Amino acid sequence: MLRPRAYVMAWRSGRPRPGTCELRTVQLMTSRLFSPAAGRRLLPAALLAAAALSACAPSKGPGVINDPYEKQNRENHAVNVALDTHLIKPASQAYGHVLPDPVRTGVSNFAGNLSLPSYVMNDLLQAKVGDAAQNTLRFAFNTVFGLGGIFDPAGALGLHAKSTDFGATLATWGVREGAYLEVVVLGPTTERDLAGTVVDAVTNPVMFLLPNVPRGYPIGVKVGSALGNRYKYNDLVDSVLHDSADSYAQGRLIYLEKRHYELGQKPPAANDPYEDPYAN
Amino acid sequence: MRTDPFRRGILTAAVSGLALAAIPFRASALDLATARALIDQLVAEVNRIINSGETETQMFADFEKVFAKYADVPIIARSALGVAARQASPQQMTAFTKAFQGYLSRKYGRRFREFIGGKIEVTDAHPLNENYEVVSTATLRGEAPFDLRWWVSSKSGRDLFYNIVIEGVNMLATERTEIGAMLDQNNGNIDALIKQLETSG
Repeated sequence: MLRPRAYVMAWRSGRPRPGTCELRTVQLMTSRLFSPAAGRRLLPAALLAAAALSACAPSKGPGVINDPYEKQNRENHAVNVALDTHLIKPASQAYGHVLPDPVRTGVSNFAGNLSLPSYVMNDLLQAKVGDAAQNTLRFAFNTVFGLGGIFDPAGALGLHAKSTDFGATLATWGVREGAYLEVVVLGPTTERDLAGTVVDAVTNPVMFLLPNVPRGYPIGVKVGSALGNRYKYNDLVDSVLHDSADSYAQGRLIYLEKRHYELGQKPPAANDPYEDPYAN
Repeated sequence: MRTDPFRRGILTAAVSGLALAAIPFRASALDLATARALIDQLVAEVNRIINSGETETQMFADFEKVFAKYADVPIIARSALGVAARQASPQQMTAFTKAFQGYLSRKYGRRFREFIGGKIEVTDAHPLNENYEVVSTATLRGEAPFDLRWWVSSKSGRDLFYNIVIEGVNMLATERTEIGAMLDQNNGNIDALIKQLETSG
């Protein structure tokens, strides 16, 4: 068993203010949910890291963007823009031009199908039984009738994926959002969502469902799918990332608003420009 | 003359009575059904444009017409400019609003152009503070449907929409951020901002 204390200390060191953390609650919940079975040793550590990260950020009032690391975030953003210009965008253009549309759709469907078990796991952790059932049904249907998920017959029947992640699970458990972060390669996130991403990466149930598949295989499919998306939504991505007057602020706003919408949060007192055209 | 508190009370009551009486009168201009009907009409026009097979330039011109007809462009423009609108002269506000209308039509026209072959349907409407939110769903081939909301108000004197919310991302907030950043780029010079807007979007 890894020593979680050390991890917590490591994550906490250098943070501006530890404050009161909801660490113990999450620790308790996770220790009940997951036994530290062999092969899953990373999980408790990742969860603890998640909790340590998420619980300690000072909270701000509604409608105020919590971005204490803006300077560092902006530096990371500049790196991401450069990465997109010189690597991701050209790679996605090559990907889009080499592979015909049906192949790209097949890769994207396949990657999407591989995500479903992870959605189901998180649905169950959030006690969303309906979503868990829908995602399970979609996974079973497309795996069987869509040649392992290459085709999407379930979507044609209106049975779409209800995407979720461990960041959303943490939100359901009452972990606060924490500060906004922009991470190199990963892009916009928050302390809570970054923790969720780490947990999702090490706990993907596909690894347990398909133990004989080489580890890099699903990742390769995901990368292909991501390049496909970058190609498909090229104009939209360009307009935000390269054409905005302040692409960092624009990306931050879009990420947070979309994320709050996905988490079912009500937007902070909706702006009525008729009441005060100058207010936010 | 000494002010009689009782009389003052009556006066206040009379004034608030008048104000109260005025509210249902004003609100009668727009209710849930008319707000929904407005967006139904707008969506029908957008659906026609995105499936017309027109060129990009024609589509942008059509979107601008729809935008001018159904949106409260002056209030959206004013909100996007934020505090800087206080310093702007009426002439600058007129020029800014005009440039902003073109910019927003091109920018959102590009997004709506991605709906080619798809369709938008109004599914619900409900009150939003003193205004209304009309909910619609955009369905594109081979993709999960997504959520498109329109905020409608009659406070301008006409029934018009003043915000679009796409999957939780709202236009007023993103444009406030974007126009604010553009103004900073132009060192707070509104005339320079107007010039830049004429070629942006």
